[in-house]
Amino acid sequence: MNQMNNFTKGFLKENPILVLVLGTCPTLATTSSAMNGLGMGLATTFVLIGSNVFIALLKNSIPDKVRIPAFIVVIATFVTVVDLVMQAYVPSLYATLGIFIPLIVVNCIVLGRAEAFASKNSVWSSFVDGAGMGLGFTMALGVLGTIREILGSGSIMGYKFIEGDGILVFILAPGAFIALGYLIAVVNRINKA
Amino acid sequence: MEYILLIISAILVNNVVLAQFLGICPFLGVSNKVGTALGMAAAVTFVIVLATMVTYLIYVYVLVSLGIEFMQTITFILVIAALVQMVEIILKKISQPLYQALGIFLPLITTNCAVLGVAILVIQKDYNLVTGVIYGGATAIGFGLALVILAGLREQMELVNIPNGMKGVPISLVTAGILALAFMGFAGLV
Amino acid sequence: MAKMQSTLKNMVVSLTLISLVASTALGFVYEFTKDPIELSKLNKKLDAIRQVVPKFTNNPNDEMFLIPTGEGDSLEVYPAKNGEELVGYAIKSYTDKGFSGYIGFMVGFRPDGTIYNINVLEQKETPGLGTKMVPEGTAEKPAFKDQFKDKDPAVFALKVKKDGGPVDAITAATISSRAFCDGVQRAYNAFEKGGLK
Repeated sequence: MNQMNNFTKGFLKENPILVLVLGTCPTLATTSSAMNGLGMGLATTFVLIGSNVFIALLKNSIPDKVRIPAFIVVIATFVTVVDLVMQAYVPSLYATLGIFIPLIVVNCIVLGRAEAFASKNSVWSSFVDGAGMGLGFTMALGVLGTIREILGSGSIMGYKFIEGDGILVFILAPGAFIALGYLIAVVNRINKA
Repeated sequence: MEYILLIISAILVNNVVLAQFLGICPFLGVSNKVGTALGMAAAVTFVIVLATMVTYLIYVYVLVSLGIEFMQTITFILVIAALVQMVEIILKKISQPLYQALGIFLPLITTNCAVLGVAILVIQKDYNLVTGVIYGGATAIGFGLALVILAGLREQMELVNIPNGMKGVPISLVTAGILALAFMGFAGLV
Repeated sequence: MAKMQSTLKNMVVSLTLISLVASTALGFVYEFTKDPIELSKLNKKLDAIRQVVPKFTNNPNDEMFLIPTGEGDSLEVYPAKNGEELVGYAIKSYTDKGFSGYIGFMVGFRPDGTIYNINVLEQKETPGLGTKMVPEGTAEKPAFKDQFKDKDPAVFALKVKKDGGPVDAITAATISSRAFCDGVQRAYNAFEKGGLK
């Protein structure tokens, strides 16, 4: 398997959120600023890599009929680890991301990659797949977060460049949907070209 | 009555999909036909109400008494997975056509962030069992409402010319955004 | 290596083993992170207290006591001392009447009952509207909560103008403004009840 392709597919061709449209809930909820989006993406990447590696390691010891519950236990364990570690060392980011940290366990990207890839491929390939998909997801969150932050708060990574408020709707719910919709349309165009 | 306020708030003001961003995947995936949307909404409501009850009881009587609250994520998701399996088996027995129609989306209720999300929220908001279940039920109705409305809108959009780049997911998202904007108007109710 | 057979024994053993390993691993991580989590929670609290009372040298958390609200719960009161002299009380209050529900406050009173400052600990109000209750004001841009500083709730009614009081509500965020007053009132009621004046 070409590991370079394996790694980079997560960025554009098979970007989990922009192309496969998985993991929409945290994408919409945590991208009101670039920092939050990136934080969420990195937490998810950690879980993705961890669960992919472990599931690839254990794939031959898990009977087929119980594979989904088994995957869930592994994923939930990594999610709880991320939860506790973030609570201890980055409490303000943890407070902002709130309920979406434990919700990583139902992020379709994680279970999806476990089922579609890690259960059928080598540990190293699964690691690369997890990293690529995770970082592609993080990149998408960062881009969406930046767009929403610039338009909605008039700031970049926390540094305001306008007085007062921006176009508030973009940091609220409707703006999330609309911004993501257009972003996906743009990426579709890029991929077609 | 406080419950009425809770219910209206959960369905309209803080709609689980359009304001809290939970349950988006099935929201986008199952909303192309009103019929399937209704079936999905019913199944999700059933699972959420049961899940809220069971996870609450487990949290209070097992996790808290043993001091292992950090096992919340694992136990909750396993409970939900088991409940969904149960619903699948029951549905297969009592209504084959509905079972067929929902197809792959049934097991996907497990990964519906609305279910796990609501279970966690009930604990976070410190509701008691009754309030928690009512909150769960109302949230599920809100989910169903958003789902059915979007399905209706998408059915109509089939008949309209949409630019190629926006077809499918992009236009659904923008529509959902406008729907979310409309729902923001309910804020004045409470 | 061939995939394991899905016999009942294999399924049960496999799942149980995985669950056991997972729980043990989590138990370790929990123990490991317990103290840092407690520490960051404490620091957050001390920071909040620091912003609402005059400079202090003691550890208000060590001297925390509770005052019942009369509504079935109690508020945490943190006395701030500079040396032996009491300089103020930080009271952790709340309201459920926020636009989006619960809002947590740290209200700082001087020993004579006047408000020193108010810190919003947590809120989910609408950005651009209710969230205007959070920031500190400056000379050029006064903020909503500035109007509470140095006021004595015994004479300065904590009600918005719409309800007949002197408080200037945030434009288009009356509910949030009312909730803010409710939270501060709750703190003041505890202050009076506890005979702290």
